[in-house]
Amino acid sequence: MKIVVCIKQVPDTTVIKINPVTGTLIRDGVPSIMNPDDKGGLEMALQLKDQYGAHVTVITMGPPQADAILREAYAMGADEAILLTGREFGGADTLATSHTIAAALKNLEYDLIIAGRQALDGDTAQVGPQIAEHLGLPQISYVAGLEYKDGKFIVKKETEEGYQMLEVAGPVLLTALASGFKARYMNVAGIVDAFDKPVAVWGVDKVNLPLEMLGLKGSGTRVYKSFTKGVKAAGEVHEVDAEQAVGLIVSKLKEKFII
Amino acid sequence: MNFGLTKSQQLFQQMIREFAEKEVKPLAAEVDDTERFPMETVEKMAKLGLFGIYIPKNYGGAGGDHIMYSIAVEELSRVCATTGVILSAHTSLCMSPIWEFGTEEQKQKYLPKLASGEWIGAFGLTEPNAGTDAAGQQTTAVEDGDDYIINGSKIFITNAGPAHVYVVATMTDKSLGNKGITTFIVEAGTPGFSIGKKEHKLGIRGSATCELIFENCRVPKTNMLGKMGEGFKVAMKTLDGGRIGIASQALGIAQGAMDETVKYTKERKQFGRSISAFQNTQFQMADLETKVQAARLLVRQAAWKQDQHMPFSADAAMGKLFAAETAMEVTTKAVQFHGGYGYTREYPVERMMRDAKITEIYEGTSEVQRMVIAAKLFK
Repeated sequence: MKIVVCIKQVPDTTVIKINPVTGTLIRDGVPSIMNPDDKGGLEMALQLKDQYGAHVTVITMGPPQADAILREAYAMGADEAILLTGREFGGADTLATSHTIAAALKNLEYDLIIAGRQALDGDTAQVGPQIAEHLGLPQISYVAGLEYKDGKFIVKKETEEGYQMLEVAGPVLLTALASGFKARYMNVAGIVDAFDKPVAVWGVDKVNLPLEMLGLKGSGTRVYKSFTKGVKAAGEVHEVDAEQAVGLIVSKLKEKFII
Repeated sequence: MNFGLTKSQQLFQQMIREFAEKEVKPLAAEVDDTERFPMETVEKMAKLGLFGIYIPKNYGGAGGDHIMYSIAVEELSRVCATTGVILSAHTSLCMSPIWEFGTEEQKQKYLPKLASGEWIGAFGLTEPNAGTDAAGQQTTAVEDGDDYIINGSKIFITNAGPAHVYVVATMTDKSLGNKGITTFIVEAGTPGFSIGKKEHKLGIRGSATCELIFENCRVPKTNMLGKMGEGFKVAMKTLDGGRIGIASQALGIAQGAMDETVKYTKERKQFGRSISAFQNTQFQMADLETKVQAARLLVRQAAWKQDQHMPFSADAAMGKLFAAETAMEVTTKAVQFHGGYGYTREYPVERMMRDAKITEIYEGTSEVQRMVIAAKLFK
């Protein structure tokens, strides 16, 4: 089985702060990490590898320093790593990103492509599904569990109501939830070897697309403004029993014309 | 001159820190409270290859270095000193002498199982009447055909009980003093070898510290580690490496107490402001931070010299002496900064203070470290 996992390096938003004046992220001193859902996706791939045997390739689009998460992927058990990098790719929104990654994936063989559900920094959850569309692949998003049986993937998809169990044959694209796949730690021998392994660096020549479809030029959206939400007024605390609470909530909702 | 960690060492630090925070820290208070050996943590560490960090791959290790090992003990001890010493005793005191002094057969037999964590290791030198003075060994090994028969007892042995393999110092010729000491590898379950009383300790309470009892314990000659009469050398070399482990443990305890104190003093308000805003707090903490960083440089230097195959005995002694005394000072002051809360088990600093004390005692007391340093100075 050949599996490709799309991963992204993101600032660790659990420690990030936003400049209240400019509305931009303060990135100084903020560690970069492998996006948690992508790490869950890599774990999904490595579990398939452990159980059934598989060749796991990780690919990331980003600046040269994104090499760090590829080394981490090697230390977790990935077999091959590709860094898709170049000035032409800079400033890409989800559309240009998905075009670029999909075009790069055409150089590879795969039975399964895995992406994380969404990235901590953008939170769009768009890139994985868009890649599937560009490649004409079936896709299942929000995957919280996976089995492989008789040549088919049995997929547990999380929905707002519960789970759907779906069966699909490869090639297929799945987007993974970090909560469904507790990522393993890097192992020590893997860490020792991680920097001796080759990382394939792919530039624009590996992407058979017109330059207008890449980077900022290929992006359908522009960031107009970013800002932090204002602080809400302090709430009210009422210490009442359940029955009184119901009455109170109903009256408050009526007051605001919500009901 | 380069003071930075290599990329592999940085990635290793990232992994072990995350592991310590998520898997070790949540158990630390309970392990201390119940004096329980954290076997589940040991199993998780084994899976990651942490029990054979610097052992070469051809013996089943991870092929890393002593700096990584030092980082591992530091980061584990930052949240749980018990877990730190389990790794340190196993690695420095059991696996290391087998790697350094073992025959090829011994290495092939023991290292893969120790490095994978399938087997845990321990080291027996201290006796009721022989601690700092190793030549006072009363445990004897007497030749008998193809075997040696061991009689005597060892005390305060870390990992005793859970361990499967013990490196044990014995007296094979009392008349030769230090030159009459010989070490043997003894496996758990060998007839005549049993585990005695378990100690109840001030700190590192989850670590198993027990007596080893040998009653006509027969071990084959092939289990002799190093040559006949070479035991003192084996023990001293072993303790040199062990000191880097314990220095790293002390460093981790000190760092853990610093982290807790920075957090607490920022949160705790008195007289209308955080106590971290008082110059008394700031100046004392600045002094402590300086000492912790100085300790780290000494410890890393000793580990680096070991990796470079340079003499490191005095460096390890300096690292251990300074890190241990720093750990004691930092943790004592951490409790003081925490006030009444620090004296309770609601906060981890009282545990850290109890844990710190042993680092001034085992693997050579602070006084022994001064002897080692002075011996080099006045040679």
